[in-house]
Amino acid sequence: MNLLDFITKLLAATLAMGTSLTYATLGEVYTEKTGILNLGMEGTMLMGALAGFATAFNTGNLFLALLVSMLVGALLSLIHAFLCITMRANQVVAGLSITMFGTGLANFLGQRLGPASNNFNLTGMNITNKFSNIAIPGLSEIPVIGALFDVSLLTYALYFILPFSWFFMYKTKHGMVVRAVGENPRTAAAMGISVSKIRYLYTLIGGMFAGLGGACLSLSFIPSWNEGMTGGKGWIVIALVIFSTWNPGRVVIGTLVFGGITSLQFSLQAAGLKMVIPSQFLGFSPYLITLVVLTAMTIINQKKKGSFASPSALSVPFAIDDK
Amino acid sequence: MRLGLEKRDFRSKRMTVLVPIISLLISFLLGAIVLGISNANPLQTYGAMLKGAFGSQTKIQYTIAKAIPLLLCGLAVGIAFRLKFWNIGAEGQYVAGVIGITWVMQFWTFLPEMLLLPVGMLVGVLCGAFWGGIPGALKAQWSVDETLSTLMMNYIIIGYAEYLYINAWKAPRGNMGTVLYPNSAWLPRIWGRVHSGVYFALILVVILWFVLYKTRWGFELNMIGKNRRAAQCQGVSIKRNIILAMIVSGGIAGLAGVIDSAAVTHQLTKGVNSGYGFTGIIIAWMSGLNPFVSIVVALIMAALETGSDALQLMKLPAAMGEVMQGLILIPLLAGSIFTEYKLVVHTNHKEATV
Repeated sequence: MNLLDFITKLLAATLAMGTSLTYATLGEVYTEKTGILNLGMEGTMLMGALAGFATAFNTGNLFLALLVSMLVGALLSLIHAFLCITMRANQVVAGLSITMFGTGLANFLGQRLGPASNNFNLTGMNITNKFSNIAIPGLSEIPVIGALFDVSLLTYALYFILPFSWFFMYKTKHGMVVRAVGENPRTAAAMGISVSKIRYLYTLIGGMFAGLGGACLSLSFIPSWNEGMTGGKGWIVIALVIFSTWNPGRVVIGTLVFGGITSLQFSLQAAGLKMVIPSQFLGFSPYLITLVVLTAMTIINQKKKGSFASPSALSVPFAIDDK
Repeated sequence: MRLGLEKRDFRSKRMTVLVPIISLLISFLLGAIVLGISNANPLQTYGAMLKGAFGSQTKIQYTIAKAIPLLLCGLAVGIAFRLKFWNIGAEGQYVAGVIGITWVMQFWTFLPEMLLLPVGMLVGVLCGAFWGGIPGALKAQWSVDETLSTLMMNYIIIGYAEYLYINAWKAPRGNMGTVLYPNSAWLPRIWGRVHSGVYFALILVVILWFVLYKTRWGFELNMIGKNRRAAQCQGVSIKRNIILAMIVSGGIAGLAGVIDSAAVTHQLTKGVNSGYGFTGIIIAWMSGLNPFVSIVVALIMAALETGSDALQLMKLPAAMGEVMQGLILIPLLAGSIFTEYKLVVHTNHKEATV
């Protein structure tokens, strides 16, 4: 196997793996930008994966499946928004409860929404169609970069969503409002912005993206339903948001690096190469890297104010009438 | 007419008691809706869960045995939460504890057999304390966000544990898991499945209650949590206390791991990250960080887990227990606001408070 071929295959695997992560990370960036930390991503993604698969299985309509998974993601994050914004609950604990509830509910419903012939279990069922890769003739044959043009519709959509998100956040007036709410809610409120409304809206949008990220797994990456199939991806998302320094434009760097590390294990195995590093070390390296990056960023921010800072009001409840 | 919230001058004692009880009722009601929608009879299901958790002597023993690590994790998290340090790393500190004791059991064979268990337990606790101390130090030294750092540290140690039980420390037979600890180094059982770890847990509850409510250190921790600036003005070292609290917190989570592996699993193997650390967060929160109340909450959480195993006999998914664990917290989180705020109804002319 030649090296060029190997890299192309690795990139293809990275893109397939990274798509789900990118959607969810983008969603969490939006949410955290307004000052709400949503640790419910793992549960929300799993619910999205289940909702998408169950809909596709029962109706055969993939786009309806995407819609349902987004809706379910939004509903779960609505609970989070209600707890954190209206009831001013602790965001860490609220997020964890969403993850527990979402994970439990998805695993529960996965054994209730299947066909009677399989004891109502969805595990082991197949869907008739999935989001498969669509190769663009010509472009997809270029070595290495060709992998970028042989992906599923879900990945193609990201080529537009990512630049748009960056543009939206940093170059539009509404993006500025979003950032103001996360950086300094009091000032934003004084300018006549409804902090609660913006926070609700972007927590819901974040949940929609997380649901979509889950659906990417069950409708494209591994078209099936398995209990706990997100396997901690919702927590990687939290890490990736830090890694992207809360900038939607940089989300893709993190997902490529992390998706690449994970895919590398499989690609090397497939190529019949012996690994020098145990695969578990590769498995936890993203978290280790994030911890180092987080620490470095925090130190740099103290020396050079705010170069990579998190939104200042992140996980701080806000109420105008607070004494 | 418009609803609004107004801060109370004092925490409402009545609400502190009422809110958790009402929340518990609401969550079971919500659970009943989930069950109803998925074509299961809620009353029958809850009945089966209750029987599954407390229906016989053996089942009660299972529930108590499960409550031991949960209680310890709840206590561990509670200490850090007291000074508003959001330690969500009890899961990792638990795993660090298991790694520590397994290391001693595997490689410290030069020790007399009698000493294997106590030394193993001590090393495990120290490993947990070390793993908790790192994010504490990062926070104290450079104010690195503890929610994120403890979360990352969980997955680092879980990955490392996986490496140990699949590769480095794998027993010659089988494809994962270390060699079982020698029989003489198991924590003895005292009543069926209930092992002597229960003594450690209960004694710790008393010690912690005393330390947190009756000593100067407990007072300092409380003060930092309630009003950091006031604590600083009083000359309380925040840095020192954060690190110290996290070492203690990590050590207790490590103890949970040590006890569970010395008494139940007797090895380091798959499933070492059982989610006890995360459930511990719910326990700490629901108990209002009170060690004695934690006992009750830990029992409820354990009962949900053992009770849901019984559901499989009814052809219902055992995941219902997990659903309930998440559901219990949601109304409580929503309701906690009423201990510090009161609901105010703004009408056109006069204000009525509830």
